[in-house]
Amino acid sequence: MQLVLEKRTERSNTIALVSPLIAIGLTIVTMTILFAILGKNPVLALQAYFIAPLTDSYSLQELAVKATPLVMIAIGLSLCYLANAWNIGAEGQFLIGAVAGSWIAVKTQGTDAGAWVLPAMLVLAAAAGALYALIPAICKVKFGASEILTSLMLVYVADLLLDYLVRGPWRDPNGFNFPTTAEFDPVATVPLLIEGGRLHLGSIIALLVVAAAAILLGRTIKGFEIRVVGAAPRAARFGGFNANQLVILTFAVSGALAGLAGIIEVAGPVGHLQPGISPGYGFTAIIVAFLGRLNPIGILIAGLFLALTFIGGEQAQIAMKIPLDVTKVFQGILLFYVLACDSLILYRFKLVLANRQVARGAG
Amino acid sequence: MPAYQRMLDPTLNGLHSGESPLLRTVGLTKRYGDFLANDSIDIDVWPKEIHALLGENGAGKSTLVKAIYGLIQPSAGEIRWQGEPIVLSGPSEARSRGIGMVFQHFSLFDNLTVAENVALGLDGKESFKDMSARLEQVSRTYGLPLDPRREVWQLSVGERQRIEIVRALMQDPKFLILDEPTAVLTPQEADQLFVVLERLKAEGRAILYISHKLDEVKRLCDTATILRGGKKVQTCNPRLETAASLARMMVGGEIKEVKAAAGRQTTIPRLVVNDLSLAPDEAHGVRLEHISFELKGGEILGIAGVAGNGQDELFAALSGERLSKDPGTIVIEGIAAGHLSITKRRKLGAAFVPEERLGHGTAPRMKLSENALLTGHAASGMVNRGFIDTAATLKTVDKATETFDVRKAKRDPEAASLSGGNLQKFIVGREILRNPAVLVVSQPTWGVDAGAAAVIRQALLDLATAGAAVLVTSQDLDELAEIADRIAVMFHGRLSAPLAASEATREKLGLLMGGSSLEPKEAAHAVGA
Repeated sequence: MQLVLEKRTERSNTIALVSPLIAIGLTIVTMTILFAILGKNPVLALQAYFIAPLTDSYSLQELAVKATPLVMIAIGLSLCYLANAWNIGAEGQFLIGAVAGSWIAVKTQGTDAGAWVLPAMLVLAAAAGALYALIPAICKVKFGASEILTSLMLVYVADLLLDYLVRGPWRDPNGFNFPTTAEFDPVATVPLLIEGGRLHLGSIIALLVVAAAAILLGRTIKGFEIRVVGAAPRAARFGGFNANQLVILTFAVSGALAGLAGIIEVAGPVGHLQPGISPGYGFTAIIVAFLGRLNPIGILIAGLFLALTFIGGEQAQIAMKIPLDVTKVFQGILLFYVLACDSLILYRFKLVLANRQVARGAG
Repeated sequence: MPAYQRMLDPTLNGLHSGESPLLRTVGLTKRYGDFLANDSIDIDVWPKEIHALLGENGAGKSTLVKAIYGLIQPSAGEIRWQGEPIVLSGPSEARSRGIGMVFQHFSLFDNLTVAENVALGLDGKESFKDMSARLEQVSRTYGLPLDPRREVWQLSVGERQRIEIVRALMQDPKFLILDEPTAVLTPQEADQLFVVLERLKAEGRAILYISHKLDEVKRLCDTATILRGGKKVQTCNPRLETAASLARMMVGGEIKEVKAAAGRQTTIPRLVVNDLSLAPDEAHGVRLEHISFELKGGEILGIAGVAGNGQDELFAALSGERLSKDPGTIVIEGIAAGHLSITKRRKLGAAFVPEERLGHGTAPRMKLSENALLTGHAASGMVNRGFIDTAATLKTVDKATETFDVRKAKRDPEAASLSGGNLQKFIVGREILRNPAVLVVSQPTWGVDAGAAAVIRQALLDLATAGAAVLVTSQDLDELAEIADRIAVMFHGRLSAPLAASEATREKLGLLMGGSSLEPKEAAHAVGA
């Protein structure tokens, strides 16, 4: 008897929906084993990860706050990935957006600049993220350089630039030498939705981005272009669609969304520019994009789920002294299972009873 | 087999009595999931016999020979070799028993020499030098000249096939399987191949010959086994059958005859190509050189030629997948279009059907409605201010389904789930429904069942009757003879002057396909121009 993978004649939509759930299930099983090996009670650990954050208003708001950048970045990445353009550098575009937007905040600090400051910050951050993402896109189109490598390497450039600025020119003179800018002025801050809470306007922007992406991909010819170029490049060229143009476009859009997420994070929950503004949002968003099936609604759900792992990780660290890095292990295992389960969309398992010939042929 | 037939058949009668066949399959069955690719097939192949395996695409021919060559394991039934049941662990065991195979698609490395390619395919332990010497000797013995030191990319398709045949012969097979060997040959090259096969037969070898060219089978083969839908229909002596009776057995019914409307009028030139030259965009591609022709409305121009002589490059240049720097080289509906994108050319009224159905003509994993949009977005009112009109795309699917009898499991399935013939009907239908002024179509019925092929050819004729200019590239000379008004031949990136279909005999076309010219003076002039 042997287990074989058999190609399906048509992709299975049921599996396409269920596969992320199977992946999550397998991840939880693996994590249970891992917690047991670490000597922690798996039930309590899983409860700290997945249940505790959902039990109070503060944590629920925090969930939305953490999901906001993940969803925004992942939507942009999904456009790239659908078009077969592999932007791995969203983290860098996120940081560049944060830096560019903060420049206005820092320069207007203490002046009587009006309500234009925050919109200007958002626009500049998006533009900077887009331009930063265009570097690997243009290198790919013009010189055939692998965008996977170039976009990834630019993450470290952005990281060090931010580090330099907050330790040098933009450091808060009254900040006790901490590497951080001064707290942004109110006009340079993303407004809260609930007074005294955590939820801010950025979450609304993220929802609008999800809706726009759903319309783009489902209803417009541009969205169709993006999907065809990724699914069947030669057919796309026959259809008259230019793959190189789409690499440029999707990179620019995803860079803009990452940059926007960056400034919303800095001008929102953080309130000032400092190193470590991102716990790896740009990388986690890759998992969000795939877990969400590169589908806008799926990404919204996946973003909330991954946000849960961030918050749960903190809770588990506080409550049970489980290292925060376990969260990253968790996310890595999850991505692994998501990609593995995806093969079930186009293939199915089949038990084949060995017949006489096979048995003898093998022997 | 009925007794009367056995009596009529010189090869089956008496000759074999008392012996056992060289190879026999008994109830050979191969199942893929719920699909029976081979359903209990019995065939006998005797020494000194050329045995044809006839059938349409998907009839199960390839599956059967793959099982005989050890590439796949049968689900049930057995293979008997010289009377003994055998189980083949793989092709190398088949080869060591004396079963050789020449595939339709060559497995050769372009950048290696002939000798290196042959060495890679042999299991033997002889030195490279001895092997090269033996290669030259075998190729000379059988009249299959080959220079072992040449690199494969420099060779013609016919020469590449020779490598595969010589490679198989170097193992001294008792039983040789040939999968559609003449599909890539000119008629003259095919004749040369038949001489070789007759000789192999005279040496006492058996040949299993897969084909769907009936004239060829009648000429060459002693026995024919016809498969249909995975089952054996009959074994017969093809010389005692007519092409029509063989076709009936293959198809399981009459095929509608394709009829051209009488009194078709040619009108204005709709597609003009002026001295088009284009460098290849990939290594070992073909350079198009000085291609010129004029195609009028109401006319079908056929382009014949052995595959790989620039037909793909010409299609890309005509469609706009590759652009020409000089706009005037391609004129569509009176407008210089050499520099225009495929979308702009579609807007001028041109439509295109590429050779490859999946991955080029359609996105395999997308629905038919989305594949209608793939080419329809340019000029068919499917897009409104950037938004897709889904109802319009579905309407195209329904119309194509109805007009061209596209059979599918549901209203809007994925392209990849359709059979080759039905998908091709959809693709041709999708373009014809746009009422194109110019249709450029490449291999319209390649790998398509006879019923679908007739529908497609009729559609092309009807389109020309309605006033469109139709350019058909095909390797199937019978197809071109059936529908084209004029036939030109591509060879090494050049296009011959078109011949009127009535004058285009197989011999003339074959000479042109092999690179000879019909009138030396005129050809010399054309080269100079």
